[in-house]
Amino acid sequence: MLKIKDLVVAYGGIEALKGISLEVNENKIITLVGANGAGKSTTLRSIVGLVKPKQGSIEFEGKNLLSIQTKDLVRMGITLVPEGRRVFANLTVLENLKLGAFYRKDEKEIKKDMDWVYELFPRLKERTWQTAGTLSGGEQQMLAIGRALMSKPKLLMMDEPSLGLAPIIVKELFEIIKGIHKQGVTILLIEQNANAALHIADQGYIMETGRITLTGTGRELLVNEDVKKAYLGESVHK
Amino acid sequence: MSLDILLQHLANGISQGSLYALIAIGYTMVYGILRLINFAHGEIFMMATYFAFFGIATFGMPWYVVFILAILLTGLLGMSAERVAYRPLRDAPKISILISAIGVSYLIQNLAIVLFSGRPKAFPQIEFFTRMFTVGNVRIQALTIVIPIVTAVLLAVLIYLINHTKNGIAMRAVAKDHETAKLMGIDVNKTIALTFGIGSMLAAVGGIMWGLKFPNILPTMGIMPGLKCFIAAVLGGIGSISGAVIGGFILGLGEILLVAFFQNLTGYRDAFAFVLLILILLFKPTGIMGEKISEKV
Ligand SMILES: Nc1ncnc2c1ncn2[C@@H]1O[C@H](COP(=O)(O)OP(=O)(O)OP(=O)(O)O)[C@@H](O)[C@H]1O
Ligand SMILES: [Mg+2]
Repeated sequence: MLKIKDLVVAYGGIEALKGISLEVNENKIITLVGANGAGKSTTLRSIVGLVKPKQGSIEFEGKNLLSIQTKDLVRMGITLVPEGRRVFANLTVLENLKLGAFYRKDEKEIKKDMDWVYELFPRLKERTWQTAGTLSGGEQQMLAIGRALMSKPKLLMMDEPSLGLAPIIVKELFEIIKGIHKQGVTILLIEQNANAALHIADQGYIMETGRITLTGTGRELLVNEDVKKAYLGESVHK
Repeated sequence: MSLDILLQHLANGISQGSLYALIAIGYTMVYGILRLINFAHGEIFMMATYFAFFGIATFGMPWYVVFILAILLTGLLGMSAERVAYRPLRDAPKISILISAIGVSYLIQNLAIVLFSGRPKAFPQIEFFTRMFTVGNVRIQALTIVIPIVTAVLLAVLIYLINHTKNGIAMRAVAKDHETAKLMGIDVNKTIALTFGIGSMLAAVGGIMWGLKFPNILPTMGIMPGLKCFIAAVLGGIGSISGAVIGGFILGLGEILLVAFFQNLTGYRDAFAFVLLILILLFKPTGIMGEKISEKV
């Protein structure tokens, strides 16, 4: 569904991505794991056209994404839950969700998806009229995901959705991600929480300073010694 | 001072405040969406007055047609300024776009001097607006009543548009975060253009009514109202529409009442705005309605 080939991205003179290739197949959960500064967010930002790659190609369902503007991607079924939530703090919860469905005209279907989002995140329903800026961090994260779902994505990309959430909420969040996946949404997930991410992933990519160093199924990576040492610190001792 | 005279001053102050509010909204909207102080806004206002002047005086069209055309033309002018002078600099350092705005301001002003001459022209007087009313012992010009009514109606429309239409929500989203707005499928360029269009059209309404009220029009007539309305926007809390309105009214009423109560201060009328600016910057730099939204990281 999504094919990235030899992608090079440079900020000024410094290459943040040094030729990465990865593939996301339909109906799968793919995860991208790596240390701070490895280039995970940069990868997602190139996919949605917020940074312009120097080299390489990005294809989605056979179409070259590099020639498509960010604002048109959502119509193709690509959504990003950006790093740091980026909810519209000055707007209400409801308005944020409506913005997720900004390009859509099918009012009935929008209503249905709204109900679905409220079902996934009942807390949002209680807070429809609250301004997003006054939500707690975790609630903002739920809103950011809910807002993304309102666009009826085929490919949902999430940049560290569990950041700053209490462990119990993180668990809940991963259940929700699985639930979303069951609805037929393909998922590209970036996580610091490698353990949890690899557990639900069909395919994982390990990223180090601008390169992909390892790939395999979630299970393979979970038992890989290098991965254990570098990213699953705690579980080694278990 | 008798009650009648006080009422008359109040009416004048409200009508002056309305004009300031209409212009101040343009500053605040553009600031909200681009973090840019559009220094050319006063010149856009001035051009509206000239568009209306030529429509009536040169082409002899009926005033209501002229006013609508002038408002639309001014909207286009504001949008063109954005397209030509601001959009290409959107990713440049903020100072570049600010300097560009100052450039546009001088360009329009000087073009107007060349094209329309630097000598004042007399804005046509229209019966409908110049009629005098007598309410009790107060004699009042129709215009003094028309201005606040028009302003109130436009404000209501604007608030509806911003709060309840798709374009309005898009405007607020873009004001918060261009990148994420794009991810939602919002056309950021179009939304910014729309903001300039609306701000300029409101300034146009202000400009036309200004011409009716102070019929001596000049290519430099935009400077002082431009500055004052910028101050009004800062006073109210730049970025906030209700703030711009409140700031406009404080300024308008304040000016008129200052002169009414202290006649020996008449010469300081224009200084009032600047004193206010200094005070607000000293004591509440975010302005009256200015708020800090705490952002969770
Ligand atoms: N706008 C920018 N200008 C300059 N350098 C940047 C910019 N954005 C990112 N970088 C650099 O590119 C590299 C990769 O950044 P990126 O945000 O993709 O990392 P990441 O893998 O998402 O890290 P984290 O886990 O901390 O979010 C980093 O070294 C970062 O400093
Ligand atoms: Mg990141």
